[in-house]
Amino acid sequence: MRLVTVAGPPSCGKTSVVAKACGALRELGRSCAVVKFDCLQSRDGEIYREAGIAVSVVFSGGLCPDHFFATNLEEAFAWAAGTGAETGIIETAGLCNRCSPHIRGALGICVIDNLMGIDAPEKIGPMLRLADIVIVTKGDLVSQAEREVYRYRIRQMNGRAVIRHVNGLTGQGCADLAAILAQAPDIKTVTDMKLRFSMPAAVCSYCLSETRIGSRYQKGNVKKARFAGVSDG
Amino acid sequence: MADGADAGAKARAWAPASLTLTAGRDKSGRPEAGDVVLRPGEITALLGPTGSGKSRFLSDIESLACGDTPTGRRLLLDGRSPDADERFELQGRLVAQLTQNMNFVLDLSVRDFVLTHALSREAPDPQEAARRVIAAANSLAGEPFDPGVQLTQLSGGQSRALMIADTALLSWSPALLIDEIENAGVDKRRALDLLLASDKIVVIATHDPVLALSADRRLVFEHGAVRMTVVRTGEERDILARLSEMERETTRVRALLRKGEPLS
Ligand SMILES: Nc1nc2c(ncn2[C@@H]2O[C@H](COP(=O)(O)OP(=O)(O)O)[C@@H](O)[C@H]2O)c(=O)[nH]1
Ligand SMILES: Nc1ncnc2c1ncn2[C@@H]1O[C@H](COP(=O)(O)OP(=O)(O)O)[C@@H](O)[C@H]1O
Ligand SMILES: [Mg+2]
Ligand SMILES: [Mg+2]
Repeated sequence: MRLVTVAGPPSCGKTSVVAKACGALRELGRSCAVVKFDCLQSRDGEIYREAGIAVSVVFSGGLCPDHFFATNLEEAFAWAAGTGAETGIIETAGLCNRCSPHIRGALGICVIDNLMGIDAPEKIGPMLRLADIVIVTKGDLVSQAEREVYRYRIRQMNGRAVIRHVNGLTGQGCADLAAILAQAPDIKTVTDMKLRFSMPAAVCSYCLSETRIGSRYQKGNVKKARFAGVSDG
Repeated sequence: MADGADAGAKARAWAPASLTLTAGRDKSGRPEAGDVVLRPGEITALLGPTGSGKSRFLSDIESLACGDTPTGRRLLLDGRSPDADERFELQGRLVAQLTQNMNFVLDLSVRDFVLTHALSREAPDPQEAARRVIAAANSLAGEPFDPGVQLTQLSGGQSRALMIADTALLSWSPALLIDEIENAGVDKRRALDLLLASDKIVVIATHDPVLALSADRRLVFEHGAVRMTVVRTGEERDILARLSEMERETTRVRALLRKGEPLS
């Protein structure tokens, strides 16, 4: 399955953009499944389901959302692959700005919107710096000059990513994004793949800077999520 | 993956001999009459009631529409659809756009903002370019502003003046799209002179007779589609000269009244 991680601050437009890009992919006869990692609550499940996309939403609750994400990657991958989807997309918002969910060897996308302030590209940190693709939303709400200045700041933080403007409301630009998703690396298993950036200290193996994915590397306070049945999608 | 929007020099050198918007459909899905071809050095005005689709037409150009907007129009460059690579390269580069947007949201001072913009556009002397943009903006704005002020503190008119000056002086895009400049609270005539001093494809959405008659031809919109194309006649040029004279007179009298000077 092709694997994509999508990360960005809350309400920057991740779900809007992913749902529309998946719609564009489906028109090409290519299916997607989405796993949403969140902290306490989320309406994203409904939005994806309404768009006809197989989705599983899981919550970290009292745990560090970043660790929860790493702890459940194998299972998330297995669930998405089990739906028969060609592309599995993982949306995360709960991750604190210190972290990055991107995985070496999978496609990493950062979503950021034009309204977050000129220092946002810097504050967002590794989630943006280590992304392959940066999607910039809400360009409809600012002037062209502001879009360009913002883009310039993003480029300063990440010199190699492809930067694209997408409108999460109208879907403008989502066809181009779908073409990029269709080229995401095809992966057999996430086991033994590595995170691009180590996670902060807490009380499980990832607290000790573990970056390998898989149950066999997990010790301590490990929480396993329950995923939707394949038929729920 | 190549990212052309950073390849300034290459994009700058390129200018199409024509842009075509293929016929789309109106708000009820009925087909539009025909394609619209736009050429450098030509000014096209968009007219029609509010909600008739003028701004949408401008967005279709700006976003390199490929059947993915509500109108179903496609933008062709030199008569053909850009391929995926060309689309990537041109995104945000093909047109300079002045929208109806009247306010800035970025948390920067005017000076830092314009300087960063000059840097991002690879201006040869960014400091000097920024100075010129701010000076031009201040000559358009009714009330001058200090370069150290925050963007978000500018008045609507000052924001528009800055957007106009920035577009006129920092842009090297081959096409210029202007949405209802007359409502901007700036010196309209000066703004237009500043913006038109180049051999660009210019498209202006307007309700203003002088701006409309300044165009070589007019597209009349209704219900989301182009209903009619009108080419400016010699007689209309004479009307334009008369209207412009009346406006100059109005401007002169207004200036005198403002200063409390006698009207002679
Ligand atoms: N104006 C505008 N609003 C957008 C855009 N993209 C998303 N939104 C709105 O932003 C809000 C948050 O979007 P959502 O996709 O839920 O963000 P997420 O929390 O990152 O998944 C919603 O109300 C969207 O409709 C955009 O490009 N322009
Ligand atoms: N052909 C069309 N099909 C569907 N929606 C359209 C079409 N043309 C315009 N619209 C929509 O109608 C609304 C008003 O159009 P707009 O371009 O803003 O009008 P104007 O600028 O002339 O006042 C916008 O939401 C626009 O997206
Ligand atoms: Mg979301
Ligand atoms: Mg309009």
